[in-house]
Order: sequence, then C-alpha cells, then structure tokens
Amino acid sequence: MLDDFLLRAALAGIGVSIATGPLGSFVVWRRMAYFGDATAHAAILGVALALLMALPIWLGTLVIALAMALAISWMSARGQSPDTGLGVLSYSALSAGLVAISFAPGVRVDLSAFLFGDILAVTRGDLVLVWGGALAIAGLIAWRWSRLLLSTLSPDLAAASGINPTREGIVLTLSLAIVVAVSLKVVGALLISALLIIPAAAARLVSSSPVAMAVTAVLIGWGASLAGLWGSLQYDTPAGPSIIVAAALIYLVLTGYSTVREA
Amino acid sequence: MSLITARDLSVSHGRRQVLRGVNISIDPGEIVTIVGPNGSGKSTLLRALLGMLRVSGQISRKPGLVVGYVPQKLALDRSLPMPVSCFLNLPTRHSPAKQAEVLRRVGVPDIARQQVAELSGGQFQRVLLARALLARPDLLVLDEPTQGLDQNGEAAFYRLIEAVRREMGVAVLMVSHDLHVVMSASDRVICLNGHVCCEGTPHVVRDAPEYRALFGQGTQGALALYQHEHDHAHHDCDHDHAAKKDIAHAG
Repeated sequence: MLDDFLLRAALAGIGVSIATGPLGSFVVWRRMAYFGDATAHAAILGVALALLMALPIWLGTLVIALAMALAISWMSARGQSPDTGLGVLSYSALSAGLVAISFAPGVRVDLSAFLFGDILAVTRGDLVLVWGGALAIAGLIAWRWSRLLLSTLSPDLAAASGINPTREGIVLTLSLAIVVAVSLKVVGALLISALLIIPAAAARLVSSSPVAMAVTAVLIGWGASLAGLWGSLQYDTPAGPSIIVAAALIYLVLTGYSTVREA
Repeated sequence: MSLITARDLSVSHGRRQVLRGVNISIDPGEIVTIVGPNGSGKSTLLRALLGMLRVSGQISRKPGLVVGYVPQKLALDRSLPMPVSCFLNLPTRHSPAKQAEVLRRVGVPDIARQQVAELSGGQFQRVLLARALLARPDLLVLDEPTQGLDQNGEAAFYRLIEAVRREMGVAVLMVSHDLHVVMSASDRVICLNGHVCCEGTPHVVRDAPEYRALFGQGTQGALALYQHEHDHAHHDCDHDHAAKKDIAHAG
C-alpha cells in the first residue's frame, strides 16, 4: 500500500499537521510568525550545507534551523528590535543558502523542491522522519501544556508559580526548528510558516478554549492536506502551494461563518 | 519564622540602581503594604522577592513557601481563547466544584464559562485573585491590584483581601498608590523610594518626616477620613524598630 505515492503524500501531510496544529497555535498566541519565517528560511542554508558536506538534508536543515532559532531567541532576549533583526537574519540566511547551493557539486539541484516542497516525492524514510518528528513535538507540547500556556499568557505569572518562562520559550523554539526540518519536504521553506499560521488562525475563529483551538488546527491541517493533494491531482497544480491554498480557503469559509454567527 | 526575608537587597536595571540596601521580612498572616512614588522600585521589589530578577543581597524563603501572585495588569492577546475555568487551571488543575467555591468567595460566581477577555476590570481582578487563592498560598503578593477600579470597587476589593486574610490566615504583601486605603487595610506600611524610607504601623509611617517629604501634607485630609476601626494596636509591628529607623535615616 505504501508504494502508492499519493498515499505517502497524504500520510506526510497528515503527519506534519499533528505538529503544526498545536505548535502553530503557540506561534499565533505568542506572535512568533516572523520567527517561524526566519527559521524556515534558514533551512535553505541548511540544505546547502548538507549538499556541500554530503550530509542528509534533514540533518543540515535541523542544525541550521536550530542555530537560527536560538540566535533569534538570544537576540530578542537582549531586547533588540525583533522586527528588523529578524528581517536581516531571515533573508541573509535564505540568500546565503541559495548562493551556496549553486556551489553544490555534481547534479543540478532542483531548488523549487526545497522552496515549495515536493510532497509527491516523499519516501518511506521521509515518512518515518515526518511522523517521528511530529509525534515527538505533539508529545512534548502535550506534556508541558499548562507550563507553556501560562508562560505564553504571562511570563510573570509563570515565574511566580515556579515555572521558568525562558525555558518554556526554548521548548517552543526547538520544536519550531524540528518542524522546519521535517516538513521541508512537504511544503518547502517558503510555506512552512503558512502551514503553522493559517490552520491555527482559522481554528481561532471557531474555538473557545486553547485545547479546542490546537485540536481544531490539527483537523484543519488534515483537511487542507487532503483537499490540497486532491486539487493538485485534479488540476495538475504544485502540491505544496495547493495545500496552503486549501487552508486559506478553509480560513475564508470559517471567517464568513463566524461573522454570520456573531451578526 | 518569617515567610520571606530579604537582607541588603539591591537591584539594578542596566546601570540604573533601582533598589539599594533594602531589608524586608513578611510574617505569617500580616498585611504589609509598600507605598512610594512612581519609579521608586515598588514593583521591582515584589518581582525580586518572587525570584523573577537577578539581585544582589540575600533572599530567604520559608521552605515550601507557596506564593499566590496577582500581577498589576495582564494583557490578554485576543488570539488566545481563554475561558475563566481554563485560566484557573493554570498551572494546576482544580475541580469545577473547587473553582466554583473560590469564585463565589471572591464575589464573581457563575463566570467560569465566560471568556477572560470579556470580563470587566473588576471581575478580572477577582478572577486573578481566585486563581492565586486556589494554590492555597501562605503569602499573597498583589501589585497595585485595584488599578482601573473606581473608588467603591477599590474599597470593596481591599475589604475582600482583609476578609480572605482573616479566613485563610494568608499573609499579604501588596503595592499600592492608594494611600488612604493603605492606611485602613494594612498592619504595616513600608514607604519605599529606592530604599526603605520608613516603615511601621500606618500611623507611624503617616507621621514620619520621610513619608511627608515624599507625599507632602496634601493627603492628610483624605487619610483622616479613612481612619476607622484600625486604631487598635498591632503587636507584630513593633519588632526591631530601632534597627529600621537607622536604615530610614541612612537614606
């Protein structure tokens, strides 16, 4: 059964969504959207290094994404304006990666696969990686749920309850780097943030508690993955962007629904 | 034994020294209020005692001390849906029955299912207090808890704090601008301006020249109005006063 490329693609999308639902909710709550962007862009630099040093792509991406995420946390902890700093780091890493990839030896590299994903080419090995990473992140978030939530709500309240909000922030930072590494193949570096933010933002429209929002974001991620793949097959469109378009359409429909309901 | 004691506490934000040489200790069951002008380091002192800041000096807490903290304000992001019942469960889960009991006690029954973002300022303050009380604290720390409340709401809130102290035997450490309320609701007042200017029972502080230098005579009328049944003696305020006077004059 797993020989079927479409089935593998669907499983990859479903797997990634298990992590991006809850993590994306935190990204929305903590206003980390740019942070996610920068970490994802850095992944391209990771791809370049992996190609140059003949390492597995996921390893190069993970290492560079981690370094980027920690650098940003360190920078914002020192009180530098995150907006400009993120912009500088994010596009420097992206461009440096694109330049470095051109030095990669031998085969011509298909850049668009890394920028926009290549979900239809997901292998069984990729699936193991995606599911392993996603389940690890979902488990980590579930385990530290109330600590993460209280740190997000108010670092002061967390500290007064004996929780170290900085440590919880690092947990999310690390999770973000892992998500970037495992979902690069699915939606690509430029669209990973979209997969984090759009389902969570759509889930916010119909959720009245944090848990409900995280779970709904997972469900929306599943719906978008399947609908996007179907659309991609039906209309011969690129799969990664199609998944994001599907998520955007769900967001649009839910916006309409919640507007009508509140009116 | 004191719940929490700080000796020679100093805190700097960058190069600016916000607190220097502060000595403070809180005993079980007493209500201590910190007053002082803007920028005098009141909130910093609370945060330092709660262990949120890097400090020089020595802070010792009673082993196993449970602190309930009510912050000055809490900006709730609209992107985070948060019903009251869920907020009360952070970070420790409590049964709905226990939640209902505490909410009733602080005077906001039947709001467990409402969104925190939709509460009024006064309701939200009470929910914050309820959350702090659910941890069964030995010490309640409140940072200007009545900001944004009108005068009636303010007075009601302080009456609630006093009642809670009576029922639960919890010690209270709070920061306040509201000098008149402080006078009636505290066992001990600490007047802060980077250092401890003076401290003692509300009366002692009111008459202290250091206090008058900070707040002037203007508030006297209002203070007199709010003096009532608290004129009886509080023995727990007499300890080691000579030592504190020394500190007061050193500043």
